[in-house]
Amino acid sequence: MSERRTKTIKTDYLARVEGEGAMLVRIADGQVEEVKLNIYEPPRFFEAFLRGRAFTEAPDITARICGICPVAYQMSSVHAMEQACGIEVGGQLRALRRLLYCGEWIESHALHVFMLHAPDFLGYQSAIELAKDMPEVVASALELKKTGNELMTVVGGREVHPINVRVGGWYRTPRKRELKPLVEKLERAREIALEAVKITSTFDFPDYDQDYELVCLDEAGAYPIDLGRIVSSRGIDIPVEEYEDHFVEEHVAWSNALHSKVIGRGSYLCGPLARFAMAFDRLSPLAKEAAKEVGLDASERNPFRSIVVRSVELVYAADEALRLIAEYEEPDAPSVEFEPRAGVGHGASEAPRGLLYHRYEIDDEGTILSAKIVPPTSQNQRTIEDDLRGVVERSLDVPDEELSLLCEQTIRNYDPCISCATHFLKLDIERR
Amino acid sequence: MAARLEGTLPAGVELLEREGEPTALIDAWDGADAVWLVDAVSSGAEVGTVHRLDASESELPTELFRASTHHVGLAEAVELARALGRLPAKTVVYGIEGESFQVGEELAPAVAAAVEPVAEAVREEVAQCMRRS
Repeated sequence: MSERRTKTIKTDYLARVEGEGAMLVRIADGQVEEVKLNIYEPPRFFEAFLRGRAFTEAPDITARICGICPVAYQMSSVHAMEQACGIEVGGQLRALRRLLYCGEWIESHALHVFMLHAPDFLGYQSAIELAKDMPEVVASALELKKTGNELMTVVGGREVHPINVRVGGWYRTPRKRELKPLVEKLERAREIALEAVKITSTFDFPDYDQDYELVCLDEAGAYPIDLGRIVSSRGIDIPVEEYEDHFVEEHVAWSNALHSKVIGRGSYLCGPLARFAMAFDRLSPLAKEAAKEVGLDASERNPFRSIVVRSVELVYAADEALRLIAEYEEPDAPSVEFEPRAGVGHGASEAPRGLLYHRYEIDDEGTILSAKIVPPTSQNQRTIEDDLRGVVERSLDVPDEELSLLCEQTIRNYDPCISCATHFLKLDIERR
Repeated sequence: MAARLEGTLPAGVELLEREGEPTALIDAWDGADAVWLVDAVSSGAEVGTVHRLDASESELPTELFRASTHHVGLAEAVELARALGRLPAKTVVYGIEGESFQVGEELAPAVAAAVEPVAEAVREEVAQCMRRS
């Protein structure tokens, strides 16, 4: 009887992702036997923690789920609470939310593109190694991130866990003159972003693609960031409150993060690649042009090219922020007046990493009775595992160390926010 | 820590609290001749252990500062600054070994006990540095 040749690629601690993750891929006799994305960060009990708190606290508490995408949590939570209370926040109050969100997209994407993902493509172990050889590139990345942070501080009151967001609008809205100093910085950010599209488009991309079911928000006339219906590339087109009729979370033994799937189908993809494919036409002219110039279009399904897509979204976010600032008129009141009422509210927004869904039930005093939060990284978990399987299947002859790095790079395509996905997410590759 | 140091440092010395986000840190110490950084660390040493690292002399071990929930922690910020030529000539880091990094918990007694000794050490070093310059 011949000995069964198996290899296991194992990474106990996945670097350059938010939070803690481990990866396992087991190959036996030339077949990929097992793929697991293991989240070992201690489970986050935010959903339970929110119970009994006032509805007004939801944006502040949930913001602390993530240090990189607090605005996403705030936006999804206020939308849900506003729906429960039967109010709408529109006009300039909404425009400011979108502006704040642009700040977050900029700082989050800037960090990921240059410091977390680019090292993979350029053969560096870390952003520090990259900085030693290409200081100008890293310096621009930091400048870009800083501009995103500054925008968040001006509109949100603070860059990490903005304090200015409330159900109904804002505690304070900015004066036009407070936004003015950001214009030059955003124009410079746009320049850096355009360079990033060019630079990232020249990277070596593994030849891999999938026919994903793409899921994102949809709003007529706007690239999806803060509001909209939920749509998919396989025909889903629903209001946010019907999310749970179409998407379900399942617990898997090897992970602290739940796995999502489309009911009746399977894994799906949310995030930049989904938005880009579904809403390409609604990018700003400059962003569209930048994409076209490097041969990127709405048919892109190679997840490794997400880094270029993120760079295009950086151009868009800078463009959109500049537009919103140019069109800003100081609103009469910083927020909408209302009283809480008993009910259930659903909210969703596009975090830098993808669709973020919140659902709350509150009583007639606005006390939270239950909370459900589905971050983009948990929605993408199954898809990440599919990709790992697919990439490894095509690379069985690649030496172990290189394969392990390739697997890590594959995971980083999703810019996974493991801290968010653990309400609980870890990566191990085993090759025997 | 910041509370302990508040009002006890000489003129010409700025006391700042930051989240650990690299651009904010690099900006904060820009143009300074010397900087002392105090942060929580997780290296497996006994809770409350104080690590002192002179970043002017050698690179910081990045695994030591993994307590931050941001992808890029203190050590990375220091090493990035160094690679970009934006690290003050004298950079000293104090790391206090933490017990638990859960949201919202109080300081473990062993950690709380380390705060004043570190504050005192920082005051001494700052004073020495000012005397020399």
